[in-house]
Amino acid sequence: MGKYILKRLIAMIPTLLGAAVLVFFLLRLAPGDICEVRLLGTGATVAQEQIDICRESLGLDKPQIAQFFDFVWGYFIFDLGTSMWTGQPVTHEIAIRFELSLQLAVMATIVATIIAIPLGIISAVKQNTLIDYFVRGFAIAGIAIPSFWLGLMIILGLLVFSQAWFGEPWMPPIMFKSIWEDPAHNLSQLMWPAVATGYRYSAVAARMTRSAMLEVLREDYVRTARAKGMVEKIVINRHALKNALLPVVTILALEFAFLMGGLVVTEQVFNLNGLGNLMVDGVEHHDFTMTQNLVMLVVIVFVITNLITDLAYAWLDPRIRYS
Amino acid sequence: MGALLEIDNLQTHFFTSGGTVKAVDGVSYDVNAGETVAVVGESGSGKSVTALSILRLIPKPPGEIVGGEIRFQGKNLAFCTEDEIREIRGRDISMIFQEPMTSLNPVLSIGLQLTEPMMAHLNMSEAEAKERAVKLLELVGINEPRRRIEQYPHHLSGGMRQRVMIAMSLACEPKLIIADEPTTALDVTIQAQILELMKNLTREMNVAMIIITHNLGVVARYADRVNVMYAGRIVETGNASDIYHRPRHPYTLALLKSVPRMDRPRQAKLDPVDGQPPDLTRLDGGCSFRPRCKFAIDKCKESYPPLEEMGDQHYSACFRSKESLAEIEL
Repeated sequence: MGKYILKRLIAMIPTLLGAAVLVFFLLRLAPGDICEVRLLGTGATVAQEQIDICRESLGLDKPQIAQFFDFVWGYFIFDLGTSMWTGQPVTHEIAIRFELSLQLAVMATIVATIIAIPLGIISAVKQNTLIDYFVRGFAIAGIAIPSFWLGLMIILGLLVFSQAWFGEPWMPPIMFKSIWEDPAHNLSQLMWPAVATGYRYSAVAARMTRSAMLEVLREDYVRTARAKGMVEKIVINRHALKNALLPVVTILALEFAFLMGGLVVTEQVFNLNGLGNLMVDGVEHHDFTMTQNLVMLVVIVFVITNLITDLAYAWLDPRIRYS
Repeated sequence: MGALLEIDNLQTHFFTSGGTVKAVDGVSYDVNAGETVAVVGESGSGKSVTALSILRLIPKPPGEIVGGEIRFQGKNLAFCTEDEIREIRGRDISMIFQEPMTSLNPVLSIGLQLTEPMMAHLNMSEAEAKERAVKLLELVGINEPRRRIEQYPHHLSGGMRQRVMIAMSLACEPKLIIADEPTTALDVTIQAQILELMKNLTREMNVAMIIITHNLGVVARYADRVNVMYAGRIVETGNASDIYHRPRHPYTLALLKSVPRMDRPRQAKLDPVDGQPPDLTRLDGGCSFRPRCKFAIDKCKESYPPLEEMGDQHYSACFRSKESLAEIEL
């Protein structure tokens, strides 16, 4: 198993290199660069020399291929460069947001899993009953409702209800504090966006759980379990669920990886300083260093999540063995 | 003392969008303690549905037991509570299914699948159940049982898996085992081994068995009594030798003639049963075998023939059974 993981980690290198090539050159296909944005953005006339000086200071005057090697080399010497916009080290800029985004993604995944799996199971077991219709409605609504809108409604709801119950409006805190530092503060800030994004996420996973369970419940081995006189709880949870979980794990993992970089609007709504916003700022400013490294981070998260998913497959299904 | 299991006028219907399928339409038979009863018939004759009805494993919807009784040691299984039937399943009556490849759970170890009914029904500890599981695997002829219980179904061949299923069915020392085409999915050589094993074990342990099959060779060799089913009803029932040598129902006769036999010349042509089984949603009042029957007369259209006594425990449901069809034909 250890050998397999090592092999998979080595196999990541070409994937990452491919991603690096794509993001580097695609970014530079867009017209304009950070110096134009910074100096001409105000509408003022600026001498060409000034723009050239700016480009030289950022290394943008070097041939693109040299810039590319600088970018890749950075990963070998653990120096990802500085943000072209703020001048701060990219690692520093990312680090302060990474914790928030990671925690939010983890919390949303927990919310989604806790909601999706029981709902999916009950909906499959009680197929075509009122409970099933309710769960399916809940899931369709989850997919249809944008999470930012749900976020707005949550904030609005919090304000209205806290006003009604406690006499004064309450809003989740805006400043991020690490969960290790102030758990109550941290959770009261992040649980709302986690619910807002977790709802849609759970809807997708619940539908997957339902359809996988429906398929598995028709299998011969489920009938065998019943014929052995096992109680329904064991038939469902031991004999059926373990077989139905593979596609659910896949969906959960894909969504998790997506959440790490893709929560732009939700972050705006809840005023969170996460990776999504950083990415938007980076693209807007033509901050190549920042954008490249953020994309690479998301790619790495995806690749590692995939590896973990594959390992989870082997744990769930003994027919899958890696060596 | 009555029979171990008495099925009395059982009716299991499936309610589908295409109409009501009367898969089992008034089936009655008994199984005595220690006896092996075969149920034969074509696909769709209702033999498996009868068997699944005994343990109430008919998926509902669409299927439902709509009438009749299944008395097992005095208890009516057809209409007892879910908890009561669960106590019986695997404990007093166990089942072996047709497809060993799909009947074992692929993600659970052999050991777990073997031990769980013992832990549920016999209040055994995990260690005790494991010990017994090893003994059971030995009993059904699986080598290295201690290693096998750690393995998963995909490590075993089809024949081995069916042996595991047999071990599982014996786990709680049941009084009756229902084997639903236990060898259909296996190679011919393995079939014989599995059948021998089942015969020996059931004799040794004095377990009754209902063996469902469409293989008349199996019937001749292993069964004490035979029920021939057609279109949801029993058309002929009797001792194995009577059915085999003195069939009274045209369908039984046709079935026997459709089987290749070693004692006939190799050039002899097989004589399949012509036509198709009837649509079970559209049965009229008459005999359901009538359209395929060489002996059909006008009377067959009017009413369904009742089971009539032909000899010692030998019954046939045909108006012309008394005419010794076999002799006319052969």
